[in-house]
This record gives sequence, structure tokens and C-alpha cells, in this order.
Amino acid sequence: MLAKRIIPCLDVDNGRVKKGINFVNLVDVGDPATIAAEYEKQGADELVFLDITATNQERRTMKEVVERVSSQVFMPLTVGGGIKSVEDMQELLRAGADKISLNSAAVATPELITAGAKKFGNQCIVVAIDVKRNVEKDYYEVYTHGGKTATGIDALGWAQKVVRLGAGELLVTSMDKDGTKSGFDIELYQKLSALVDVPIIASGGAGISTDFTDVFQESTVDGALAASVFHYGEITIPDLKKILKNQGVNVR
Amino acid sequence: MLSIIDYDAGNTFNVIKAFKYLGIEVQLTDNPEKIMKSSGLILPGVGAFGPAMETLEKKNLIGVIKEAVLVNKIPLLGICLGMQMLFEKSSEYGNHKGLGLIPGKISAIPEKSGLKVPQMGWNENHLKKDETDFEFIANEYTYFVHSYYAVCDKQYLISTVDYGVEIPAMVQNKNVFGTQFHPEKSGKVGLNILKTFSEKVVKQ
Repeated sequence: MLAKRIIPCLDVDNGRVKKGINFVNLVDVGDPATIAAEYEKQGADELVFLDITATNQERRTMKEVVERVSSQVFMPLTVGGGIKSVEDMQELLRAGADKISLNSAAVATPELITAGAKKFGNQCIVVAIDVKRNVEKDYYEVYTHGGKTATGIDALGWAQKVVRLGAGELLVTSMDKDGTKSGFDIELYQKLSALVDVPIIASGGAGISTDFTDVFQESTVDGALAASVFHYGEITIPDLKKILKNQGVNVR
Repeated sequence: MLSIIDYDAGNTFNVIKAFKYLGIEVQLTDNPEKIMKSSGLILPGVGAFGPAMETLEKKNLIGVIKEAVLVNKIPLLGICLGMQMLFEKSSEYGNHKGLGLIPGKISAIPEKSGLKVPQMGWNENHLKKDETDFEFIANEYTYFVHSYYAVCDKQYLISTVDYGVEIPAMVQNKNVFGTQFHPEKSGKVGLNILKTFSEKVVKQ
């Protein structure tokens, strides 16, 4: 059966991986292709590159990054950040991306989801949703612009809407959990899984290996994404997969 | 030389990159003469069956591919949609004729509870053929993205994966090979498939 996916996420700024990366044999290299190759060696199932570049001028370098990574690393690559048109998507797919992730642009222009899905297929279009629980009004709220802007949109309804519009996968980050290292927001993923039938990637909150076991055993998410725990070697993918396997989670 | 058949398939460039990485020379071409003189052929493919066959037809490549494979006995490897097109027909958005190089048809993956369509991700290969150059695929995971699958006799199976139904992952009919998965996205095993095809199947 289909293996659960373990997905490291890399922030790229003007062609370089921004956060320091600390592999055992590889300290603080900022080259996306080198880091991607190392993750491939470790057994990552997919990589997400998030372009956090501020200017359009610098954004062009993302295409070169994708081009270079996909010449050396042969696994699925998802690219997101600042994609605003079907032409942007096409450029990145031509460069070697397999999937395009839309976040703020999907909220601003939902038609972009449909346009991308029609042209490249639903499987190419990932909608990333940043979610924060609105305690006062008791609902999950969608945030955009890197978690800075509250939208007032209900995340569960938004998830259903983007799937109807053509999203083939959802990458859902719990802002309440992100950075806390206290485990994934399992309740959120249980609620989402009951509502949509496309793959869901859980993100935010990974601290220790058993957080991954928990999210896979207690919800039906298809993959789990993390950044810092992988980058700083707090969790290594081979160890993580061994633990998951021992717990009966199907991994590659 | 190996030729990758040029008909604007979405994964063409990633397939080329994989061969480049392996140091295997390939040419991207839709030129009938070059295709006929190739040592081996690669038919990439992503997207829907009907439009892809139409493109091949518009480029007058259907007859060329058939002649290259059936008369000149050139080995061919179809990838993903390129593999599906090797079969006789498909029911994806209407009925479409395929290349007919492997008996069988392409049908929708049955929707069963808990199984998402498309199948998207890494699935484990079960070896179905005793003697094959691709024996190393046994129990290895390869990367799939598809909503339709091949229904064919078991004599054409090299490997299958379980996704509610038994899904042909790698198929063969004489000199015609196909992978439902993307070897160009399946890490080491995937690269090994391309390498084995070019070094063992294709006559040097």
C-alpha cells in the first residue's frame, strides 16, 4: 500500500536556503541542491521548497534553483511562494517542479486554483492553508502572507472549497502548533479528513519522532512535513522511519 | 542512440535530466528517420490519454512508433501516461484508441472507501515475473501519480502494487516495456530502471 510521506520543507531566499542546516556531515550549507541531495540520501519522500524572496527580480532565481535541484535529485518536488499566475506555475513545472503550492494567491484569486488544475491536472496543484484557532469565535481561521494576515475565512469550509476548485492536495499548517514542538494538531486533521478526499499533509508542531507516529495513527493524513527538526538533525529521517515501521506505519 | 519521443509531454525534461545524470546520451526528437534509427525509444507522458494520443497522431508518430517497435524491433519504454498509451484502449473521458502494443485496456481506479484517487505517492512493488532484468524492483517503492490503470493479462506483468486493486506497475510485451510509476522521480530504484533499460534491454 501507499507509504506515508515524510517531507522536509526548505525556505529559499534569493536562491539560497535561508535557515541554517545542520546535518551530521554537512554544516550550514545554503545550497538548495546540496541540501536536497542530502535529504534524498536520508530517505525523504518529497521536498517542499518555499520561496520567501521578497522581490520579483530575485524570484527568477527560484526557477534556476528548481532546475538545478531536479537535475540532481530524483524525487517529487513541490514549490510554493509568490506564485501568482498560470505562467508562473508553468515556468516552475518546466524547470522540474512536480507540484505547485498556492497559499495567499489562492485566497486572493481562487480562480487560479481552477486555472492551474485545468492546465496541469489536479495532482499538480497543492493548496497550502495556514490555520489558527480563533478562540473567541470558536472556529479555525485561515491566515495568509506567512501567517501575518487573518482572513476571517473558516478553514474547514475553505478546504472543501479549494478541493471543489481543483486542488489535488492540501498542505495544512497549524499555526497554534507551529514552532511549539508539542506534536501535530491531530484534531484539526481528523476534522479535515472527514470533509475532503484529497491527500492531506500535516505541518506544524513536530518535535519528537512519536509526534509523527501519533499523527499517522490517529488521523488519515498522507504525509507529515517539518523543517527545523530535520534541518538541525534533532530527528533524522532514517531513525524516524525505523520508529514508524516498528509502530506499524507503512513507510518507504 | 536512445530517443525520447518529443510530443510535448509534461515530464519530458525530467526524464532527460535523469538520463543526463546517469551519463546516458539521449536525443529528444519527433523526426521519423531518427526514431527509426534509434537503439531504444522512451515515450514519456503526463496528463490525459485522449489529447496525448491526438498529439501523437497530429505529429504522424503513431505509425512510426509501431513500425519502429514491431518491424525494426526497437525496444521501447513508456512512462506513466506513456505506458498507458501502449495498451489497446482507454476509457478516460470517453473511449480512445491506444498504440495497441500490449493487449489490455486502461480503466479508472475503482473508488473504494479510504482510497484516494489519484493514487499519489510511493507504493511497494511486488515482482510478478521470474526472469527479468528488472528483478531488483522487488519490494522497492516507486513514485506514482495516476487515476487510471492498466487491466491486462498477468503474462505482461513485471511488477504490481496494491491500491485496493492490483495495479500493474511495470509491464512488458516482448520489446515493449512500460512503467506506471515515474522512474525519473523514484530515486535510486527509478534511475536503475532507466539504466537497466538502456544498458541491458537496448542492444549496444
